[in-house]
Amino acid sequence: MATRGFHGRRSSIDPSRLPPGQYLTSDFPVLSAGPTPQTPLDEWTFTIQDTDGSNLGKWSWKEFTALRSSDLTTDIHCVTKWSKFDTRWKGISFDDLMEEAGIDPPAEYVMAFSDGGYTTNLAVEDLTEGQGLVVWEYDGAQIEPEHGGPARLLVPHLYFWKSAKWVRGLSFMDQNEPGFWETNGYHLRGDPWKEERYDGD
Amino acid sequence: MRRGPIPWRTSEVRELSWATPRVRLIRLHVPGWPGHLAGQHVDLRLTAEDGYQAERSYSIASPAEKPGIELAVERLPDGEVSSFLADELRAGDTLELRGPVGGYFTWQVEQGGPLGLVAGGSGVVPLMAMARHRLARASTVPAHLLCSWRTLEDVIYREELERLAARGDGLVVTHTLTRATSTPPPGFLGRRIDRTMLMEALPGPEQRPLLYVCGPTPMVESVASLLVSIGHAAERVKTERFGATGGVR
Repeated sequence: MATRGFHGRRSSIDPSRLPPGQYLTSDFPVLSAGPTPQTPLDEWTFTIQDTDGSNLGKWSWKEFTALRSSDLTTDIHCVTKWSKFDTRWKGISFDDLMEEAGIDPPAEYVMAFSDGGYTTNLAVEDLTEGQGLVVWEYDGAQIEPEHGGPARLLVPHLYFWKSAKWVRGLSFMDQNEPGFWETNGYHLRGDPWKEERYDGD
Repeated sequence: MRRGPIPWRTSEVRELSWATPRVRLIRLHVPGWPGHLAGQHVDLRLTAEDGYQAERSYSIASPAEKPGIELAVERLPDGEVSSFLADELRAGDTLELRGPVGGYFTWQVEQGGPLGLVAGGSGVVPLMAMARHRLARASTVPAHLLCSWRTLEDVIYREELERLAARGDGLVVTHTLTRATSTPPPGFLGRRIDRTMLMEALPGPEQRPLLYVCGPTPMVESVASLLVSIGHAAERVKTERFGATGGVR
């Protein structure tokens, strides 16, 4: 159904890079549900937990950022409709993290947990083969706190709420349980190319 | 977890008016609308003749107790959708939308209070839905609304907020202007929201208020941090932001 009088402003961008319902932005909008947490780096740790809550790996900030790292330049897509192309990040891939911990993923799902109580659920198959990273640099500098620093998850093929800000660890789960936004009306997986924005999409 | 997807609906534009030179109020009739909570939003979808589409989210300003929904759309300098809604839309037009969306930045009278609401510019919209819901339900939950505007010309809902505050049912409204050139008019403060203002205009931490902050990102970042620094529990501060980290929106 056409909207009377609406012509739109088509840009010259490659449509194959922009998922349905998204628009391209050059700035970097911020979306979070509460105040930005402030955790001093000397108190920061990153933990991987088994399904029973036991630790499979734990690193301090210094240890974590000394692990093998990789660079990724990627497009990101927020459920609030903006997309941003060619964002540059540095961090450790989920695959490398498993190797550093000396484990194979013990379950099919993880809950990422963050300072401030934020959580988001992910399938392990959405993290492996370089698809998911924990990053601590954006555009060559430390990640600003409002953009999720000191470290955030980066899972760019899913809507950006899955790329949890202020991430402090991953907890393996046998069942796919919903995290914070997923219990507040948003989709359990969040594939932008299928426009999985809300619960039921 | 639930039934099917939230469906797209065809709404009809019933009424249009200007709240300020930049903000247009749009009242829509939405057949089949399932109702909403104060603080929720809708997704609008515009479609050009050739099938090109643009989607944006807008907060709902009206309470669920009133039929239809009201949106307040601020025309942004480069806004593909907002400039269409502000300049082209006419009464009788149809608009595709779906919703309500968002289950976190919401308030119902059953949640109690006291309430501390802080708005930056058009961030007042979801908070207005809360104030209107509170009135529609004849609630006397103490509610303090602090609104920050650039200039007097930018104030949305000024008369309605005056009427609401004059009822003496527990709603207190404080306005401040951040770009007032001369002395602010009576009843208005004349500076950016700061620590002192948050301590004076909102219920204190000892009253354990529910706090809702909505506005442009730099304002929300600053207010949320200040609220935590004066002793409010971070988990009782809910935020909603629009725009980028800094600079112009």
